[in-house]
Amino acid sequence: MTGARTIVGATGEWELVIGLEVHAQVATRSKLFSGAATEFGAEPNAQVSLVDAAMPGMLPVINRAAVDQAVRTGLALGAEVNRFSVFDRKNYFYPDLPQGYQISQYRHPIVGAGELRVDMPDGRARVVGIERLHLEQDAGKLVHDRNATDSHVDLNRAGIPLMEIVSRPDLRDWEEAGAYLRKLRALLRAVGSCDGNMEQGSLRADANVSVRRPGAPLGTRCEIKNLNSVRFLMRAIEVEARRQVAVIEAGEAVHQETRLYDPQRNETRAMRSKEDAHDYRYFPDPDLLPLCLSEARIERLRDSLPELPEAIRERLIGEYGLTPYDASVLVAEPDAPGFFEAASQGRNGKRVANWIVTNLFGALNEAGRPLAESPVSAEALGQLVGLIEDGTISDRIARDVFGEMFQTGASPQSIVEARGLRQIQDTDAIDAAIDTALAANPGQLEQYRAGKTKVLGWFVGQVMKATRGQANPALVNARLRQKLDADGAG
Amino acid sequence: MPSDLHRLGVAEATARLAAGDCSAVELVEACIAAQEAAAGLNAVVTDTAEQARTAARHADQRRQRNEARPLEGIPVAVKDIFCTRGVATTAGSRILDGFVPAYESTVGAKLWDAGAILLGKTNMDEFAMGSSNETSRWGPVRNPWSPADGPALVPGGSSGGSAAIVAARAVPAALGTDTGGSIRQPASFCGVVGLKPTYGRCSRWGIIAFASSLDQAGPLTRSVADAALILQHIAGFDPKDSTSADLPVPDLHSALQGDVKGLRVGIPAEYRLDTLPVAVGDLWERGIAWFRAAGAELSDVSLPHTRYALPAYYIVAPAEASANLARYDGVRFGRRSTGEDPDDLYTRTRREGFGEEVRRRIMIGGYVLSEGYYDAYYLRAQQVRTRIAEDFQAAFREVDVLLTPTAPSSAFPQGAKTDDPLAMYVNDIFTVPASLAGLPAISIPAGLDDERLPLGLQLIGRAFDEATLLQAAAALEAAVGTVPSPAGSA
Repeated sequence: MTGARTIVGATGEWELVIGLEVHAQVATRSKLFSGAATEFGAEPNAQVSLVDAAMPGMLPVINRAAVDQAVRTGLALGAEVNRFSVFDRKNYFYPDLPQGYQISQYRHPIVGAGELRVDMPDGRARVVGIERLHLEQDAGKLVHDRNATDSHVDLNRAGIPLMEIVSRPDLRDWEEAGAYLRKLRALLRAVGSCDGNMEQGSLRADANVSVRRPGAPLGTRCEIKNLNSVRFLMRAIEVEARRQVAVIEAGEAVHQETRLYDPQRNETRAMRSKEDAHDYRYFPDPDLLPLCLSEARIERLRDSLPELPEAIRERLIGEYGLTPYDASVLVAEPDAPGFFEAASQGRNGKRVANWIVTNLFGALNEAGRPLAESPVSAEALGQLVGLIEDGTISDRIARDVFGEMFQTGASPQSIVEARGLRQIQDTDAIDAAIDTALAANPGQLEQYRAGKTKVLGWFVGQVMKATRGQANPALVNARLRQKLDADGAG
Repeated sequence: MPSDLHRLGVAEATARLAAGDCSAVELVEACIAAQEAAAGLNAVVTDTAEQARTAARHADQRRQRNEARPLEGIPVAVKDIFCTRGVATTAGSRILDGFVPAYESTVGAKLWDAGAILLGKTNMDEFAMGSSNETSRWGPVRNPWSPADGPALVPGGSSGGSAAIVAARAVPAALGTDTGGSIRQPASFCGVVGLKPTYGRCSRWGIIAFASSLDQAGPLTRSVADAALILQHIAGFDPKDSTSADLPVPDLHSALQGDVKGLRVGIPAEYRLDTLPVAVGDLWERGIAWFRAAGAELSDVSLPHTRYALPAYYIVAPAEASANLARYDGVRFGRRSTGEDPDDLYTRTRREGFGEEVRRRIMIGGYVLSEGYYDAYYLRAQQVRTRIAEDFQAAFREVDVLLTPTAPSSAFPQGAKTDDPLAMYVNDIFTVPASLAGLPAISIPAGLDDERLPLGLQLIGRAFDEATLLQAAAALEAAVGTVPSPAGSA
């Protein structure tokens, strides 16, 4: 097992320390403290109640559904659900914040410590501590592009319920951070507490990043705000860590500050320094009573949870013999475990998983399509793997067939038949091709005889080429070895 | 046809209307005329005569159809802190210039649903911050007890306009709000009954917030029975106010019957201040004697943390106010000053829109909540609040109600204390403890001092035991006998 990625600077190796604060929009029909709708894409200010606009005399009333979803998420994270929590006012002025304060949870969050296990491609696992999960209101949005002089305010988002999920600084490189965010998204989707849609802003992350010499005390951190895709998160963390290394190696100090990531230029820029940080003057919101949860309610919510990604992952490893990484990648997509189980009926699960993770996800990613819109069905992918397993086609041919399946949606059998790709199993035909190859390359034959047995592989390649890849590679290997060794003895 | 209908109380007027002795139109016209005659008091800031006339005609029609509701045709003046649909609502502040709510407060809506008629929005200290009605953007209110040949006296505050207009016999009842004494102290200064219900008894929805954990709506009337009648119709659980109590409202009218034989009345030792004027101390002694004569059991009790109540109040209330008033930013409603950018807009709007006392309290509130001071001020004040509530709980194990003076003096001249905020704050010394503990309390006009100015006595009851409180208040009222009308009344 190898470790996390490090940055090698001019003066040596640097380790990253990363913590994430994820803001997940709670999947509810109405807002956290008002009855206004939460649907995405409405006309500006079409979903604003008197409470959201902070009209004088208006009072917040907690949305029970949002509380339930936060509790379910906490339970899914294996975290402690606090029987007593408090909503606080976080005070600051901004035109998108009508009340002049955000209702959040500061000293007493609804969910306490939990953890999330993240599997990496090299087989490494990282158990990331969850510090807390709390409920808070989202702010509205400023619109600056209507005309040159005025700004406009859209309060549709104002008051939408968010869960802020804060990790401990347990992540050690950008790939772990990306894997953590994907895993968390899968968990939220499985629980149904957030749709995980990053393009629509339902899920966004702030990353706290610092660098240090391996094993040294923590360095000064910077916070990168509002990262709205896994790719940007990873790139932002990497580029920010490299910036910090460069700053330190130039003999300067990293300043604690908030930064923004610019994806166009792939750089982070300072937004405000610690000195400018607000004093939010948190205090318990006197309009709301403390939130008290009964055991019965918590148990009812626990019973409402579906099979969670971690359990599915365990099952995929146990029942199908998948690698922890492949299993993790599958559970990161809500529909993927079902797809996998359908495709692997009667096949080697490990091979099917590998095909999904490597080829199918790769192609979908390139085409920018979700699994639900895959042109290759679970059945078709299963049939393709079946054709490999019964020797009809080789892995290499299968990749070509898959490419055509993805393009046309045709079944693997019809492609194999139409293009005559069926694998050559006939030993006479293979022997003939071998003889031709040996006769045409006396030099290489000589090398083999002189003991350079590596040339065997080269001859396999020649035979495969001569048969346009259709010869059974295992058969070619065996026949060739037999022929060369017999030849050598004679 | 000039009548004395405007001098009728709620119960008497209801009886006259029911008997057909007068119409709602006549009653309302009499009150409109009386309010016009009392215009010099500056007690009413928004005249609603026209809509009241229309409502009175509807009330008479309903009565003719035998559909009269309990308060059908009774005019009620409402403090300008209650949002009234279609009627300007300013909370005594320039910052709400031009604000016309599209909604009615729950308490107001309940009154109108019971048949009452809005007649006048009354003057008040800006955002209810004051004890003399001198911080209003509409200018000070003249106490109707002001001597014709002497200085204009304050009516108390913050519900100064409501107290003055009821005292002037220009409306049978008015609504006020009480945060630290804002109903009881002006009631005492103006010689009327002022009732602050238990915190949570009446909904705060639609009432412009000053200090959310203390604000409570209540009636100002000229009799205990009328106060009970109004409370009966404004009390009750409101799902739109999370802090309103989901408890049944007792039948308060029947609670007024019966005597106080055996009622245990406590006299808190800590309220016997050395600085108490002789007239106030004498009146208190008279009150004790009246209760004793009526068969009540008098005993001394101790509320040891009383001396910390005023400082704790002047930390908690400004803290909450500093956040509650953040929404007045000029962005969505009310006054907006022009600014270069959002920060400039806020600064100008708030500096020009808020008066000096409001700005002072916002700054105090911001200070006590700020990092490094929170524990020493806000948290400590909340701890004091708990101790004060415990003091009352202990006392109420021994007694049923507490008897104290309402205010440490009678009405003082306008301008006498405006330069000394602390001297002004001391007006609340006897009313603030019950506010901090959330207890119901009532001020009863109990006599006149040497200058022939009214003085009130305060009764404090157990939480949600308004029934016993009103019973004791009715007994005290009967013992006091007839209280003269002010010279400045209609």
